[in-house]
Amino acid sequence: MEKTVTLTALFAALIAALGLVPQFALMSGVPITAQSLGIMLCGTILGAKRGALAVLVFLLLLAMGFPLLSGGRGGLGVFQGPSVGFLIGFPVAAYVVGLITSWRLLPLIWAALAGAFFGGIVVLYVFGIWGMALMLEKSFLEAAPLALPFLVGDLIKAGLAALLTRWVALLRPMALLSRR
Amino acid sequence: MLTLTLAPKTALHIVPVGAKLLALMLFGLALGFAPSWPWVLAAVLAVAVLYGAMGLKFAWRGFQLLRPLWPFLLVLALWHGFTDTKLLGLMIAGKLVAMVALANCVTLTSRFDALLSVIERLFTPFKKLGFSPEILALTLALVVRFTPVLLDKAAILRQAWRARSNKRPSWRLILPISLAALDDADHIAMALRARGGFKGQD
Repeated sequence: MEKTVTLTALFAALIAALGLVPQFALMSGVPITAQSLGIMLCGTILGAKRGALAVLVFLLLLAMGFPLLSGGRGGLGVFQGPSVGFLIGFPVAAYVVGLITSWRLLPLIWAALAGAFFGGIVVLYVFGIWGMALMLEKSFLEAAPLALPFLVGDLIKAGLAALLTRWVALLRPMALLSRR
Repeated sequence: MLTLTLAPKTALHIVPVGAKLLALMLFGLALGFAPSWPWVLAAVLAVAVLYGAMGLKFAWRGFQLLRPLWPFLLVLALWHGFTDTKLLGLMIAGKLVAMVALANCVTLTSRFDALLSVIERLFTPFKKLGFSPEILALTLALVVRFTPVLLDKAAILRQAWRARSNKRPSWRLILPISLAALDDADHIAMALRARGGFKGQD
């Protein structure tokens, strides 16, 4: 029980920290924040339930007015804005990522990659685009191109999430709850 | 870590948080059904007047918080400019700005502890399902405490990187930061257990 609580809290803090550190240079220097990478790592490392729980705690603090989103955004306003779909999709995405990662038929790195792709990109984008369509009063297909600028970065992040999960599995085998 | 709540007291700080949240919900519902542009214009003006009444500094802070909306407003302007439905575009943009601004207003004038007690009350019905408000409060406190700790660790790692390489710090730093989170979670769990832990709860 204590371990669940502290892991949930520390990974919620990890999502926040990854969004707030000055941007990492990814590959050819595409400047993107690592916040959605944090969501993916919650699923691939903590597993479906604990991962989703950590994301929910993060969202709760966001709603309470802590500026934890990348760019120092936060508060109730972000839940009323066009990006709300992504926020609602975050915990669902983490859950799906964890679910697919726990699939033992595949080696860990491939299961994590598949999870990060389907959960962290496909599922998250469906929620995100749906939210933008609703808030901007457009159809789903009309709003879809708005998510495109992030696709390349998110594909890279899915790859990194798989790689990082593999490394964590090597360095802290006991900590990899998604496969236990 | 700083919250978005503003320290100088305004009249809105005294209003109970529950009432503010209810007002925000009703405002959003009403705005969703706004039939024509005068209604939306009235809503935008009402929010603007609310901000204005709280003073210039407050209004400026509120304006700053609206800045992340500009890409979406640009998309709306382009879309409705090209399809020649400018009035509809203005209505959608107006609704968006009014809703976000009013929600920000609640955040700016509500203290953390007041919001926490609202959340505790909201979750009370789940107590029978094994939910414990105390554990939730502890979890939230841990996140608030350890986000800056992880940020500090990230800053130290970046400095170490800079001292050894002429390249920019890369995504590789995310591994030690994640390990720090895992290890800290381990240590705190042990510390909690050593102090009695959560008795009888699982």
